[in-house]
Amino acid sequence: MSRADRAAADTAAADTAVADTAAAYTAAVDTPGQGGAARAPSPLWTLGLFRSELVVTLRRWRTLALLGVLAAVPVLVGIAVKIETRDGSGAGGGGGEGPAFISQVTNNGLFLVFTALAATLPFFLPMAIGVIAGDAIAGEANAGTLRYLLVAPAGRTRLLLAKYATTMAFCLLATLVVAASALAVGALLFPLGDLTTISGTRIGFAEGLGRALLIALVVAASLTGVAALGLFVSTLTGSGIAAMATTVGLLITVQILDQIPQLHAVQPYLFSHYWLSFADLMREPLYWDEVRKNLGLQALYAAVFGSAAWARFAAKDITS
Amino acid sequence: MGHPSAARTDAPDPVIRTRALTKRYRGGQLAVDGLDLTVPAGSVFGFLGPNGSGKTTTIRMLMGLIEPTSGSARVLGHPMPRASRAVLPQVGALIEGPALYGFLSGRDNLLRYDAADPTADPRTRRARVAAALERVGLTAAAGKKAKAYSLGMKQRLGLAAALLQPRRLLVLDEPTNGLDPQGMREIRTLIRELAADGTTVFLSSHLLDEIEQVCSHAAVMAQGRLLTQGAVADLAARARGRLVVTTPDTADAARVLKEQGVGDVVTAEDQVSGDPPDRELAELTAALVAAGVRVRGFGVERASLEDAFVALTGEGFDVAG
Repeated sequence: MSRADRAAADTAAADTAVADTAAAYTAAVDTPGQGGAARAPSPLWTLGLFRSELVVTLRRWRTLALLGVLAAVPVLVGIAVKIETRDGSGAGGGGGEGPAFISQVTNNGLFLVFTALAATLPFFLPMAIGVIAGDAIAGEANAGTLRYLLVAPAGRTRLLLAKYATTMAFCLLATLVVAASALAVGALLFPLGDLTTISGTRIGFAEGLGRALLIALVVAASLTGVAALGLFVSTLTGSGIAAMATTVGLLITVQILDQIPQLHAVQPYLFSHYWLSFADLMREPLYWDEVRKNLGLQALYAAVFGSAAWARFAAKDITS
Repeated sequence: MGHPSAARTDAPDPVIRTRALTKRYRGGQLAVDGLDLTVPAGSVFGFLGPNGSGKTTTIRMLMGLIEPTSGSARVLGHPMPRASRAVLPQVGALIEGPALYGFLSGRDNLLRYDAADPTADPRTRRARVAAALERVGLTAAAGKKAKAYSLGMKQRLGLAAALLQPRRLLVLDEPTNGLDPQGMREIRTLIRELAADGTTVFLSSHLLDEIEQVCSHAAVMAQGRLLTQGAVADLAARARGRLVVTTPDTADAARVLKEQGVGDVVTAEDQVSGDPPDRELAELTAALVAAGVRVRGFGVERASLEDAFVALTGEGFDVAG
């Protein structure tokens, strides 16, 4: 519905605009050098490019498909838990099985938010980020649009910043889509109310919602490392598919390495190592140590691979 | 032309000037070799050369997409690629064909490219986009998705992107590619209009007659080197014309012409042609008539740019080996 409506609206807007365009263009042409040369760049230039970047990303069918998959995960988890517990027995009972918090979902639908985030964080979320980040530069190079953005001139640093900001915005959006879908499914299928923290204390539903939002933000921030890595890979190749595949491949590799006990010495430096530490935010009082380590590690990855991406992209010959 | 920007560029300052511009790709291939190119302000400059002669690499260096290996390039008086941010907003470019976002409409493609230009005023964006679409005749198809466009429509949309703002320089790489004859004529008219407004147009093309029709100046490249540059009229004049005699008695005519000192005599059907000698041509007609050659036509055909080109490159307009 939205596409057709938007197109129709565009056409209508253009029809009104065309009337005075001839005049506008003539006026512009009559003062050569003024329109192009004299106007100083607006200080808000990055915002304009960022907004354009975000709109273009969100209008891609692929992006919407990724968000759709992410929104479907909580639905599946919710239905599975509902079916499993139809006879009234408490969920699972085997605490070690399944994503964190899953045993609590039947008591309180809000726990589906935490369960869904824990279920999507190891793979679905970073994979979606890898696709968006990997495609960021390489996809434009592949389509040839990169050369036109650069002669516009978008500026290499500015374009890279806009791309990274868009990827981060997508991290946040993707996480919020999972959380919102989980909250809606949880509210539909399960009772809501006060909830019990990991430490055993009880907190009100409003505070529980606050915790859910805080956790969603931390999860989104956990993805910034992958985003920077994907962006760097994206500057290395002219093929969007290759960049996406490489980023997702690296993600899987790192996840596997994180499971091999003999590698415990390097594991604290793997970007996924502290991902599930967000569960500590369900303790009373809040336990920040591991979360802080996680955020520090993400910042390190963002700095290292962000700089590498910049160094690579700023000096790259654009031959596509 | 007498427009305000002329005061800034004033005659002697060329719009493009390169000095020993050289690009060697990492594989060691020398794509552009010591190029000294001068594009005068206000000219329509034809950039000629066989495929693979280094034209596109040169254009990419001028647009700051590729870093030269050595040498320098100045565009609108500023060094490239260092001054990209100051120079490029005044330059409209169509490089190696259009590139579009297939899932966006033609109009949204232009909005996107305009948003990438920090000097473009967002308040006039929609009006300027509509004006550019109007200029290339795409208003009716503006709402269609770009992936549904024909090659000619894509080409027009690419041109529209180059015309989003008033430009001092337009760099058009094969602008009539994929267009039907009517579209080609429209684009040539558009180029003449823009040139009349004082915009310098740098036009690469493999269509020699196109260059001859619209360009005031031209340069010829082959194998990464500049063979010549200058006003089109001078270039064509440098290649000498051909003396052509139309006659049923071709054998006799050829013999007489050779006797009279005409070089490179070629006989084809009812025509005999050759390099004209440096003396009064009337003496040749007298000699032909005296030898009993029946002459239907006699004249010197003006050299075309194509003749000049073939004379320079020593080959046809083929891909460089």
